[in-house]
Amino acid sequence: MSKFNELPAWLRWPIYALLGILLLTLVQIISDTDRLTRVSTSREMLRWAVPIFLAGLGGLFSERAGVVNIGLEGMVILGMWFGAWGSITYGPWIGLLIGIFGGALGGLLHAIATVTFNVDHIISGVAINILAPAITRYLSDEVWASPTTSPATSTPDRYDLPILGGGTVGGWESPDILQSVAQREWFFVSETAELLRGLTTNLHFVSIVSLLLVPFTSWLIWRTRFGLRLRISGENPNAGEAQGINIVFYKYVGVIISGGLAGLGGAFISTELSGLFQGGNSAGRGFIGLAALIFGNWRPGGVLFGALLFGYVFGLDLKDLDGTASHALLLVNTIVLAGVVVWALARKRISDAVLAGLLGLGAFYWWLSAEAVPGWWSNILPYVLVLLVLVFFAQRLRMPVALGQPYRKGGR
Amino acid sequence: MRRMLFSLAAPVGAFVVTIIISSIALMLFGSNPISAFGDMLGHAAKLETQVDILNRATPLYISAIAAAIGFRMNLFNIGVEGQYLFAFLIAAQVGSLVVLPQVFHILLITTVAVAVGAAYAGIAGVLKVTRGVNEVISTIMLNAIAISGLIAFLQQRWQAEQENFTSTTLGTNPIEESGLIPNINGLLEIFTRDIGQGKELTGMLIVAGVVGFGYHFLLTRMRFGFDLRASGMNPFAARAGGVPPKQMVVAAMVLSGAAAGLIGLVELNEKAKFSPNPIKGLGFAGIAVALLGRNHPAGMIFAALLFAFLDVSAGILQNTQAATKEIVNIMQGIVLLVAVIAYGVTGRIQAREEARATAEALQETEGRVTEGTEVAV
Repeated sequence: MSKFNELPAWLRWPIYALLGILLLTLVQIISDTDRLTRVSTSREMLRWAVPIFLAGLGGLFSERAGVVNIGLEGMVILGMWFGAWGSITYGPWIGLLIGIFGGALGGLLHAIATVTFNVDHIISGVAINILAPAITRYLSDEVWASPTTSPATSTPDRYDLPILGGGTVGGWESPDILQSVAQREWFFVSETAELLRGLTTNLHFVSIVSLLLVPFTSWLIWRTRFGLRLRISGENPNAGEAQGINIVFYKYVGVIISGGLAGLGGAFISTELSGLFQGGNSAGRGFIGLAALIFGNWRPGGVLFGALLFGYVFGLDLKDLDGTASHALLLVNTIVLAGVVVWALARKRISDAVLAGLLGLGAFYWWLSAEAVPGWWSNILPYVLVLLVLVFFAQRLRMPVALGQPYRKGGR
Repeated sequence: MRRMLFSLAAPVGAFVVTIIISSIALMLFGSNPISAFGDMLGHAAKLETQVDILNRATPLYISAIAAAIGFRMNLFNIGVEGQYLFAFLIAAQVGSLVVLPQVFHILLITTVAVAVGAAYAGIAGVLKVTRGVNEVISTIMLNAIAISGLIAFLQQRWQAEQENFTSTTLGTNPIEESGLIPNINGLLEIFTRDIGQGKELTGMLIVAGVVGFGYHFLLTRMRFGFDLRASGMNPFAARAGGVPPKQMVVAAMVLSGAAAGLIGLVELNEKAKFSPNPIKGLGFAGIAVALLGRNHPAGMIFAALLFAFLDVSAGILQNTQAATKEIVNIMQGIVLLVAVIAYGVTGRIQAREEARATAEALQETEGRVTEGTEVAV
């Protein structure tokens, strides 16, 4: 087990994912649904995960620089409005840029309050979450004569990846390898290919950018001078200052990038997910992004994994009108909780084992006694997951050391 | 005196800045700020509007106290939102099931609301002390779980149990008259003319007053309040002084949740049930009011009245078309952000002045000592 933890993150997360798919495949055999591993499910998963991931990655930039960002939700909302307005006025591509700009404005405000004026980070975030919806309602009312709804927005075309997704390159239609594998009905392999097809076909530009942002951010944070300085701003700003690093500058940059990414997530919601700006359509994704950030232990790969996990639950529910697939998910929950029991027992953490065991029994009983699961359960499952992860693993997470602490130049 | 001026400078300054910024926002879109603000003030001069403002300020004030109890202990109870809505639903359902003599019926509903709010907030407190889960994250999650999970589930379930269900009976079953706190129009009418337009001043205003007084009494006159403030200011010192930090965290969360449970009772008394679309956002607004009023029982009264005034003014702006009504929410957001910045700045100036005064006083006494003894120790 300790050997496994020494593996690099880019290897560990895919192994988790494959284990998850294996579990889904097994559960599906004894359930009366095949939605758990359908391409439509994974496509919805990605669509839901993208804004969550972008908000979470935004949180990563801010929190790596030591600034807690509860205001992500407000920045997503600003991005939603500005993205919608930009795409209606100037077309889809400029719309995305303006969405980023809108979110970055929120980030700038947060940076001014927290870094320059040393306002408590959570208080400033709460203020931004109150201010952002008010601003967007006001602007919508003035621009579109309705406080809550905009006209339809436009969005760029979608792509298929060449070779893996049968996309065309310069007129040459490449083979669709994943699809041919998915049709073979090889146990587990075909299911994996089917789920992967959701990540390689019919992709939105922002989805591709999001997936590419994972390796890019890892490189930026861990391998560059910029990343080192950003991290020292969040780990030990006074030590960084002693080395001549302009901590205030890096904190500003981190928080503004944070807002920009959340804004892109917002623009994705209003131009792609819902096709218009609508108040309340952010649906707490900024908060879920924050949850994905914590779930992912403040690392880019982990944030993506968390966002995909939450996106999977939401996306599955969307296509699951009779609730049978969510019902099958209960069995998955049971098995995972049973795994936690074994894990806790191996570490002699009896109270953890008892708690996980009780929760697992509850899930199992529900699975046995009900035929289907109502929609509200899927709505809250991501939040429940985050709470459970925190309950069992809070002590294993490692956040930036100086996160949330005020910083003053010269230590004054 | 100087101290008082200092503490007033920040909120007044913040308000002035807010007026300026929102005037610019209004002018950008071709509205006349003077006529807009004039309409708001003229409207607020009417007795009926004042009743509306008080009715709105009541839940805001209780919500602010719920947030402030946490703040005093350096705890962020972001979960007031979920706590009050959940408590509201359960209290309304329990209240609709029974008919009791008025005093007992009201007491039952209130007790249920307080208990549910306290218990739900207590979860976050227990998770924090036993599992090290940050209360900000856990209360955000618990908000979502309460609002889109528990409330959605229970509402559906109780809805289905209703006989002859129609769209007008949405929400929980109505509560009998005996469960409702009577309005206190009579109390206000002693000082003014009769209240028209069928407006009713909520009896919860008195409850809010009691809660505010209780909060003041708790913090300034009771051992527990002292422990709470001490743990908030310096947990290590408090611990050394024999204050158990874990119990304090749970107690503060439970108390905060108990106050949060009362928020929904204002609407419960008005509508006599849990309506399908209850007023939301009071929990977050309460955080803003607490910050604006600096967790001070009197300061929060002014802040709650200001927020309530702005909320109520939205209606008149829509009627007179002087400006888009959403401007009032922008004003709330701006006044909060500017005020917390201003508090920070004045706090620093004050600290610097105090440090300088102490240094000067020290120098003076030192000088006197050396003059008197002539010999350096």
